[in-house]
Amino acid sequence: MIYFAKWKIILILGICLLGVIFAAPNFLSSKQAASLPSWMPNKQVSLGLDLQGGSHLLLEVAVDSVLSERLDAVVDTMRTTLRKARIKYTGLGVDGLAASVTIKDGTQAEQARQLMRNLDVDFTVEVTDNNRITLQLTDKAIRDRRTAAIEQSIEIVRRRIDETGVREPTIQRQGENRILVQLPGLDDPERVKRLLGKTAKLSFHLVDERQVPELGGRVPPGSMLMPSADEPGPSGRPRMYMLKKKVMLSGDTLVDSQPTFQDNQPVVSFRFDTVGGKRFGKVTSDNVNKLFAIVLDGKVISAPVIREPILGGSGVISGQFTVQGAQDLALLLRAGALPAPLTILEERSVGPGLGADSIAEGKIASLIGMALVVAFMVLVYGRFGLMADIALLANIILIGAALSLLQATLTLPGIAGIVLTIGMAVDANVLVFERIREEVRAGRTPISSIDAGYSRAIKTIIDANVTTLIAAVLLYQFGSGPVRGFAVTLAIGIITSMFTAIMLTRLMVVVWLRKTRPDSLPI
Amino acid sequence: MRGLKLIPENINLGFIQRRTLFFIFSALLVISSIGLYVSKGLQYGIDFKGGILIEIKTTDGAANIKAMRKNLSDLKLGEVGLQEFGAPDEVLIRIQAQEGGEKVQQEAIAKIKDALGSGIEYRRTEVVGPKISDELLWDGIYAVGAAIFAILVYVWFRFEWQFGLGAVAALTHDVISTIGIFSLLGLEFNLTTVAAILTIAGYSINDTVVVFDRVRENLRRYKTLPFPELLNNSINETLSRTMMTSVTTLLALFALYILGGEVLRGFSFAMIWGVVIGTYSSICLAVPVLLYMKIERRGNVGGSNEEAAAE
Repeated sequence: MIYFAKWKIILILGICLLGVIFAAPNFLSSKQAASLPSWMPNKQVSLGLDLQGGSHLLLEVAVDSVLSERLDAVVDTMRTTLRKARIKYTGLGVDGLAASVTIKDGTQAEQARQLMRNLDVDFTVEVTDNNRITLQLTDKAIRDRRTAAIEQSIEIVRRRIDETGVREPTIQRQGENRILVQLPGLDDPERVKRLLGKTAKLSFHLVDERQVPELGGRVPPGSMLMPSADEPGPSGRPRMYMLKKKVMLSGDTLVDSQPTFQDNQPVVSFRFDTVGGKRFGKVTSDNVNKLFAIVLDGKVISAPVIREPILGGSGVISGQFTVQGAQDLALLLRAGALPAPLTILEERSVGPGLGADSIAEGKIASLIGMALVVAFMVLVYGRFGLMADIALLANIILIGAALSLLQATLTLPGIAGIVLTIGMAVDANVLVFERIREEVRAGRTPISSIDAGYSRAIKTIIDANVTTLIAAVLLYQFGSGPVRGFAVTLAIGIITSMFTAIMLTRLMVVVWLRKTRPDSLPI
Repeated sequence: MRGLKLIPENINLGFIQRRTLFFIFSALLVISSIGLYVSKGLQYGIDFKGGILIEIKTTDGAANIKAMRKNLSDLKLGEVGLQEFGAPDEVLIRIQAQEGGEKVQQEAIAKIKDALGSGIEYRRTEVVGPKISDELLWDGIYAVGAAIFAILVYVWFRFEWQFGLGAVAALTHDVISTIGIFSLLGLEFNLTTVAAILTIAGYSINDTVVVFDRVRENLRRYKTLPFPELLNNSINETLSRTMMTSVTTLLALFALYILGGEVLRGFSFAMIWGVVIGTYSSICLAVPVLLYMKIERRGNVGGSNEEAAAE
């Protein structure tokens, strides 16, 4: 215990030196650190959103809405197929994750079954009671749809956020159907939330211009009622439009969209791809002087009259937009529609002021805490305490280096973890010193006291620290966000404190011992 | 230059003799903690209850909390709590979880921001929907449960099962009494409190293991020493270390409590309590409990089966 091989000394000092080197960039400003040559360590501790300010949003993708859309679509195809084949049916509809229909004439059931089988590969067809046909979505199809929905949602979320100009956003999948979005530096996420809250499904429909009262207040089949986005109706509720159900064109053929002005009003221009442009030209040619509704997320933005065929493949959406509203809509159309609606499950936003205050308070608390512990150790253990204090300083540097190297995130609870480590890190040294005191009391010589002190205390140190490490690991496993940051600093602190206590302090003690060869120990 | 000694040399306090006193005290502590938890409950933060928390700073002088409270209660968002948070111009606003799912929470925030008007810096906004708060609560419960179990296994593995039970008894006592003190003082119980509880568990077991280590060593060394005396010696021999580490940890924690800012105050309070109660339980519970467990005094505890002299 009091013999150190040369390579060991070099190793211990080497680790400490590396610690200093890797911790050093943290003393520079982030600009200075970034401008360091690439061969030099330039990684800084990355601060959590609670320290640098920013927003953390946990979103949930309503994946099942994708499945129900899929089922609705298959019901539509079933209807047209059966009608075409002149098969009479009843009870057509969605039932859980299946669509089913009853064939009225039992003799046509087999024919219907054949038709249904060729309808869609994602469904399995089953016949019960001779004439009840059920199309069940296969497990693989369900899985694929869900995965596709999440992946596409992430892509769209990324595009929308990139468009807002937030720097270095983190967007990642979490669990089955969640997306974690972290936006550093953004403390007021209202705009992002507004943008993410919209599915942005755009479609163009012809307006059913027959008046509702003439039809006795009933909506004819093939048409639907849809509220206006901002025009008030007579009763104060939004004005209702009656639209043809058929989608003439949808937003997925858009290639670009920009906010612009028309007659000093903010409007949104858009451009279709070639296929969409042709279709748009045809629809507008066929329906001159009719009303053409532009629908976004189930609301009619506007329903202008088609004055002349629009053949260029581009157009303008006018509505009662504010400048910001036009910008947002253009952005949403550019980025594309979400496959399924998103809900915000959790939001945590911290302003830069609070973050800066937290860092300042954390620094002061760490420094004062450290000063108190350092003074106390010297008071109790004298020269040995001083050695433990140097080890403590090395420990803090090593924690900084480890955090920078691992690119672990330092959070506010993480700072608490460091302060706590300052208090607990000396424990390993205390164990050794107390043991040495005991050995001295038992009448041993200085050298043999120190030797016995270390060899007996080490086992205890390991046992005691492993238990704390267990708690830290579990905290990391179950904790979320900032609490994980605490677990990380605690765990790193435990490991570095064992190293500094067992290796570094011991080296100092041994060197001092060799130099002075004392008759008694000042402990 | 001889150092200061916190605990005089050759101290010999009768911890084991006074064990009944400790047991009664701890039993009362645990029972009243459970009683408080059942009757008064915990002041859950939004992490576990769901809801909205907004920390604001007024940019033009001290905040008029009274006016703000009126403005906000006019919104009819249910329970609204406002409190000064560290400084007269800083206010913490808590709004209960809104009925009707995740979307309504977002609408509520917009209303609050409208009602508060201008001249306000939003320092922190946290919204936890009902889904997440449920998950966080269960995650917390699993974490504490798993930690206690893992520690039991480790101590069992390194020592013997009797030691493991002693350690876990002390640990559970610490966890329950921490929950009790949070209930008694009506302190907010949130994710960082759970982090504190897990750290307390780690700290308490750390203390216990050090004393147990000495018990094991003494069991090997003094094969004929009566068991109660052996336990008492072990406590006294490690008392100086126990106190030293508690003091250094408390020094750091008090610095954090006083200077570390409002957000960490609950955490540092829990830790301070935990260090005190953890130190007490290691000495006065974990070790005396060993007396009631049949620990075989073999030559090598945890090792060979060689029979050694009995008491």
